[in-house]
Amino acid sequence: MSSSTLEEPCLIEKCELDRLIERLKCEGFIVVGPYVEDSAIQYREIQSMRDLPRGYRDTQEPGEYRVAKLLKKNYFEFNLGPHSWKQFLFPPKLTVNSCTKKNESWEFISKVDSQPKFAFLGVRACELAAIQVQDRVFMEGPYVDPVYQARRESTFIVAVNCTVAASTCFCTSMGTGPKCKSTFDLALTELDCGFVVEVGTARGRSMISDLTTRELDPEHARDSQLLQQRAVDQITKRLDTSEILNLLMGNLDHPHWDEVAKRCLSCTNCTMVCPTCFCSSVTDVSNLSGDEIERQRQWDSCFNVDFSYTTSGTVRDDIRSRYRQWLTHKLASWHDQFASSGCVGCGRCITWCPVGIDLTVEVAAIRNTPSSNRTLPVIQPSCKAECAFPKDSKA
Amino acid sequence: MIKYETFSESRIFKVAKPRMGVFKFASCDGCQLQLLSCEDELLSIADAIDIVHFLEASSHVEPGPYDIALVEGSITTNVDRDRILEVRKHSKYLVTIGACATAGGIQALKNWGDRSEYLRAVYARPEYIETLSTSTAIADHVKVDYELRGCPINRLQLIDVIQSLLADRAPRTPRHSVCLDCKCRGTVCIAVAQDAVCLGPITQAGCGAICPAYQRGCYGCFGPAEQPNCDSLADWYLAGRATPVELVPLMRNFNANAPAFRECGDRIDPLLDSGGTL
Amino acid sequence: MNATADQKKASPLSEPWYTFPVTIRRAYAEAPNVMTYDFEFDHHADARQYAFAPGQFNMLYVPGAGEAAISIAERTNQDRFLKHTIRTVGIVTRAIAKGGVGMSLGLRGPFGTRWPVDSFSDGSVKRDVILVAGGIGLAPLRSLLLFLIEHREKVGSVSLLIGARSPEDVVYESELHGWRENGVEIHVTVDRPDQNWRGHVGVVTLLLGRIAIPRPQSTFVLTCGPEVMMRYVAKSAINSKIPTENVWLALERNMNCAIGLCGHCQLGPKFICKDGPVFRYDQVRDLLGVQDF
Repeated sequence: MSSSTLEEPCLIEKCELDRLIERLKCEGFIVVGPYVEDSAIQYREIQSMRDLPRGYRDTQEPGEYRVAKLLKKNYFEFNLGPHSWKQFLFPPKLTVNSCTKKNESWEFISKVDSQPKFAFLGVRACELAAIQVQDRVFMEGPYVDPVYQARRESTFIVAVNCTVAASTCFCTSMGTGPKCKSTFDLALTELDCGFVVEVGTARGRSMISDLTTRELDPEHARDSQLLQQRAVDQITKRLDTSEILNLLMGNLDHPHWDEVAKRCLSCTNCTMVCPTCFCSSVTDVSNLSGDEIERQRQWDSCFNVDFSYTTSGTVRDDIRSRYRQWLTHKLASWHDQFASSGCVGCGRCITWCPVGIDLTVEVAAIRNTPSSNRTLPVIQPSCKAECAFPKDSKA
Repeated sequence: MIKYETFSESRIFKVAKPRMGVFKFASCDGCQLQLLSCEDELLSIADAIDIVHFLEASSHVEPGPYDIALVEGSITTNVDRDRILEVRKHSKYLVTIGACATAGGIQALKNWGDRSEYLRAVYARPEYIETLSTSTAIADHVKVDYELRGCPINRLQLIDVIQSLLADRAPRTPRHSVCLDCKCRGTVCIAVAQDAVCLGPITQAGCGAICPAYQRGCYGCFGPAEQPNCDSLADWYLAGRATPVELVPLMRNFNANAPAFRECGDRIDPLLDSGGTL
Repeated sequence: MNATADQKKASPLSEPWYTFPVTIRRAYAEAPNVMTYDFEFDHHADARQYAFAPGQFNMLYVPGAGEAAISIAERTNQDRFLKHTIRTVGIVTRAIAKGGVGMSLGLRGPFGTRWPVDSFSDGSVKRDVILVAGGIGLAPLRSLLLFLIEHREKVGSVSLLIGARSPEDVVYESELHGWRENGVEIHVTVDRPDQNWRGHVGVVTLLLGRIAIPRPQSTFVLTCGPEVMMRYVAKSAINSKIPTENVWLALERNMNCAIGLCGHCQLGPKFICKDGPVFRYDQVRDLLGVQDF
């Protein structure tokens, strides 16, 4: 298995993690890590290891999340909470611009100059993949989001390999985990006796330069392997991604979309917790006299009716078309746009759907009963001379 | 939704500022109070418009016409039914504010009860009371140009509406669910994490997603969100989390008579007796 | 990644919300509810660095009201003015209509893809070009038409087919004569003629079937208008043996950021704002006509 680590992994005692956190803080990073609050493991600014969810374990089912304290004393023996790192790199609310009217003319001032510098502690493999996905969205297209870029480029990432899996995890189907392979500065695997540390960047190496490290003996290496394998073995959810682009785009009129629409609340939860969903809207907030305006960008969702509003009508005016938009974008057309799936298999959309809709089940339902009369053409890059106008026959 | 014409008359005659009236029907006055709580903005509001009819603030009232009429409260009496026609006649833009005006309010619970029984229970001399058997939204009686939801309304949304009307444009009040606002403020979903019965997924945002942030389920005071799927949520809750005895009153709350909540509540209602599932 | 990031930083357009202050200098009534405006950059430096290609659009920003994506119709007056033709339909366009001459507002752009002007001539072969416009869809084609007139010697015949609801809905009517004098064959058809109308009646796609297309393999069809119309134009063009890859159209969707970051304008895998608005027909053929997509 290829790994982008710079050198052989080493071992640190658990308390050394506090020295790393201290070091990061000294270097000006806001250290963000897991933290138990309001019955969930959230991502918040942390000060020391004491803030970490030591001994906590989460259980997840469609529409259900529980966290409980166990007797074990591990710091990272849990999976994912409702938060993702996107809320730090792509903040939910942000003032991007301000406008002031002076002498009957507008002046526009950018508000995106100074951005905070984060160190993320406890980023899982699927989340690293999600960050890579958003990197492609926000930084690798023709236009760059300066806020994301400024935050992303300064972010220090301490990844953590999963040693357990939730019932909603399916990273193995998406090829994103559970092993952290790249995109981190440091990656930890938690053993009972300490953390195995892999170094991903020169910056990562320098950050642990003053920690007490020791060589990894074969026993530790084996334990680390076994724990990571345990996570793999615990993953039971599967999403069959073979030919998924043609499967979904060729079944845009499948009756199953109507079936999902009966259950889907169109409440936006799945898109909010999704670590790759990137939709937003900029709206104006004005004072009463209308001469001081702030342009605010806020997370938006393809599940909102107004999202596809045009002056000639709303394009996706029912839940069926909105769920279809989300799922086909996430799993199919994302490939066309960004050369990867938009799904990393984290399972958050399953857990945090208030009515427990599971996208892997919905895809399987379509796969098992492909539309008997295929009314819509599969999208093909090639162009044939004959053209298909499926809806024109009625016109 | 609504076509806005201009304030051209008031603009042409620069001397006259747009005139606003605030009218109360069956309600608690809480929404009108939101206007008075616009402390920082109240002066600039007063600067931009003449508030010529606002009994909550001043006993001095002027007759119409009004450029903007803010209407609070629901229609529960014959007198009010006639009075709202008058308000409409003299108002260019009629904006309903709050759950009472937009859906009939908590008093619409009487729509499910027996009026004479209520009168006997509450009043010593019920024969002095003249009231309709229903409490209904203003829009059931006259054309409404814009609705502001909530119990009470959100002060910032009210300012946005006034500001938009002053700038001759349609206000843009978000119609998405409370969930989006919960997520934006980082609140953990209490329905998923704590088995709470929360109407957030089917309720329109605007409150700032306050209740879930304090570990309390949303009780729908901003009314149904755009295209809500109430039945799906209700069925999910009834499948183990809540009984009809808990769920029906939740649907029949401040927005009991909002069509989406009303239909959902009426659908579950027969279960109250049977105690079974749908 | 860093090198490209630095290059992007060099341009103010790398800052997605970078807004040029502009002022409306002239306004012309085109049709009921449709006006053409000349916008002038408030700062000469902005005007100097601004460059667009036919087919691209700007985001016009009325502070407090919001933004609207409007195609660029022309650049005039020694490049000081940008011309936009706007139909009053939403909050922003209403605000612009109300503001009129002297109004100060913001402009971001240019954004989006361009008409394939480089494909019209390659050495010896000069292509015939047919523009098909429905209603205000003529606006995005106008900059292209002016380009073709300016480079008349580089292309073969140039035809413009205009469809409008009624005679009074024909935009740029006063300019048609001048365009004809510059060698553009123009046909206008209306759905609802009035008493004085002597031209064609019916949908614009019928005109396409009526005009001579002597060299279909060397002909381009470029269209903008309602989606249904464009689909029929494309179908008709292909029936006339015009190669699919020579058929181009401009699409419309709601836009918020204009640079492919906000997700609003997606049509299947396409972001209309950055992959479009100008598409080669075969790139979007299968996506058009999918209900509620």
